[in-house]
Amino acid sequence: MSAKCNALVCLGTGCQSGGAEEVLSSLKEEIERLSLEETVQVKQTGCHGFCQRGPLVVIEPEGIFYSKVTPDDVSEIAKSLLPGETPVERLFYRDPATDTPLPHYMEIPFYSKQQRTLLRNCGHIDPEEIEEYLAAGGYQTIKKVLLGMSREEVIDEIKRSGLRGLGGAGFPTGRKWEVCYKAQDTKKYVICNGDEGDPGAFQDRSVMEGTPHSVLEGMMIAAYAIGAQQGYIYVRAEYPLAVKRLRIAISQAKKKGFLGKDILGSGFDFKIALFQGAGAFVCGEETALIASVEGFRGMPRLRPPFPAESGMEGKPTIIDNVKTLASIPIIIDEGAESFVRIGTEKSKGTVVFALTGKVENNGLIEVPMGMTLREIIFDIGGGIPDGKAFKAVQTGGPSGGCLPASFLDMPVDFDSLKAAGSMMGSGGLVVMDEETCMVDLARYFLDFTQRESCGQCIPCRLGTKQLFDILNDITKGQGRPEDIDLLLEISEAVSTHSLCALGKTAPNPVITTIRYFRDEYEAHINEKRCPTGVCGMLES
Amino acid sequence: MSDEFGEAALKNILVFYEGKRSELIPILQEAQGIHGWLPGKTMQLIADFLHINEGEVHSVASFYNQFRLMPLGRKMVTVCRGTACHIRGAPQILEDIGQSLRLKEGETSPDLEYTLESVACIGCCALAPVVKVNHKIHGEMTRERAVTLFPKLSE
Repeated sequence: MSAKCNALVCLGTGCQSGGAEEVLSSLKEEIERLSLEETVQVKQTGCHGFCQRGPLVVIEPEGIFYSKVTPDDVSEIAKSLLPGETPVERLFYRDPATDTPLPHYMEIPFYSKQQRTLLRNCGHIDPEEIEEYLAAGGYQTIKKVLLGMSREEVIDEIKRSGLRGLGGAGFPTGRKWEVCYKAQDTKKYVICNGDEGDPGAFQDRSVMEGTPHSVLEGMMIAAYAIGAQQGYIYVRAEYPLAVKRLRIAISQAKKKGFLGKDILGSGFDFKIALFQGAGAFVCGEETALIASVEGFRGMPRLRPPFPAESGMEGKPTIIDNVKTLASIPIIIDEGAESFVRIGTEKSKGTVVFALTGKVENNGLIEVPMGMTLREIIFDIGGGIPDGKAFKAVQTGGPSGGCLPASFLDMPVDFDSLKAAGSMMGSGGLVVMDEETCMVDLARYFLDFTQRESCGQCIPCRLGTKQLFDILNDITKGQGRPEDIDLLLEISEAVSTHSLCALGKTAPNPVITTIRYFRDEYEAHINEKRCPTGVCGMLES
Repeated sequence: MSDEFGEAALKNILVFYEGKRSELIPILQEAQGIHGWLPGKTMQLIADFLHINEGEVHSVASFYNQFRLMPLGRKMVTVCRGTACHIRGAPQILEDIGQSLRLKEGETSPDLEYTLESVACIGCCALAPVVKVNHKIHGEMTRERAVTLFPKLSE
């Protein structure tokens, strides 16, 4: 092995659950035992992405990739780092098709087709050490901004980048900032929305766990641009590791003078507090999130006024997703021109997906906007396991839709997904194979939304329950021929009249499964048959 | 009597707060740490501290999934019903575990040993299906392995 190297042990939530902490501690012990501390630095990192293959260990600079590492493998890995030794072949990832061992992670299709910009630090730096973020160029952008850019210049740069938010609407971030900047008030707020409540999504968690300082730096730049003095990070209490690492990051940033009063001598003051969400999907909606931070039930209110004009305590507030904020330092640092070169005409840059479900390679991926679903699912994801056929892909979580095989060649961006009846949302991408029943899946999503409806407005409270009850009947073999039309009629009413995006988008799984898999509904209703055999009450 | 209830522990929490309404959720989160759930008396004392109606505290506590208004088992068994877990067999696993613990979703055993619940998503979708027992996450669960998590009961 080379003279000096880093042994990176992924300590994301996925790898931790597989025993990565033990791997880390025994690797440290082994390196000490072999007196290699001078040449080998063992460190923990955030999510490396290939969670399914965890625990992961990467040896840099070579980029040797070990998967499914157990504490028993550690002594062999440590020995391989002695001068003249060779890597441990038996722990290499093997190409599932050819069984060829692939020693370097950049040779593995899961990684080689990705473009990791936002995630570039994830899996490479120790998220609990600010020095590592600094060494990777971190907090250089906030320096550049505070010492050399006007607030207007910052907003202009973000506007020119075309960066769009990850709520359902894909609203341009720069324009939102501009509204907030122009709002006349002495007190303003920046809120980072880390309430990733969509089942099937973990991108925000991975970013908060893997590179928490990027989120803080993005918030600082946003705060400077709009003139805010206080920031909040709203993070799900279900993500204890993200909470812990953000807490560490905030305290380190304070000590280094990146947070507090007169930051870097610029006269800019900014504080960040952590708020743990208490578990309500609706709190991902910005006005509900604000109500929650203020200490109330997380119920949305009518917009306008938008939070950018009147948000937290009635003050101008911007609320941006974790990934949106973490992209800010990169955009300012590299310039909007560099950002717009990636992506499609109206969706710029890269997008982070949690690729899961019935797909060979599960994990966290980042790809340029405009990559096709086929490339994502078959090239990066390695296709469908066990020789089964692809059936559908669900994007956007419970608010999104299910797209069939005919959309596989569609370039993925904000507008194409919307046109197909789905949405980008926070970026969950769940793959279904021939064994997934689409009626059961629609029932599953409506079960979720009717539980999570805040109950404030009638179309959502009653409509989602009605949709769920009808779908439940159909999966039990008690569907009536008129149910399909009734489902569509209720869906229309719920999406038109609900107060917030939870209700407005809740029917999307129903509408898209009927649109693209109507025959499955008909089999359940007319033949009392579940084509996949999932719905046990029926004969299959 | 107040010691038994843990009033002193609650007071130790409240001294770090100013008594502002916006502190309600963080206070409830910390207070829940005392017993693992929120007894009525706890909510009443929090209401007094914040100078709000007890009903308001209850209304907030009952809105969020995190807050427990009933005592919990010493072992919290959480079956993830996220999308990835759902399509990889979580419903069967939930049913099997329920049978082996003799509990329905949301129930706690009379001896307070186990609580069985499901959660919308733990965020470990790449390891689906996932079952959590207290803080330990068990990934790539199978129906066979799920019941062996509770050896005493599966006999």
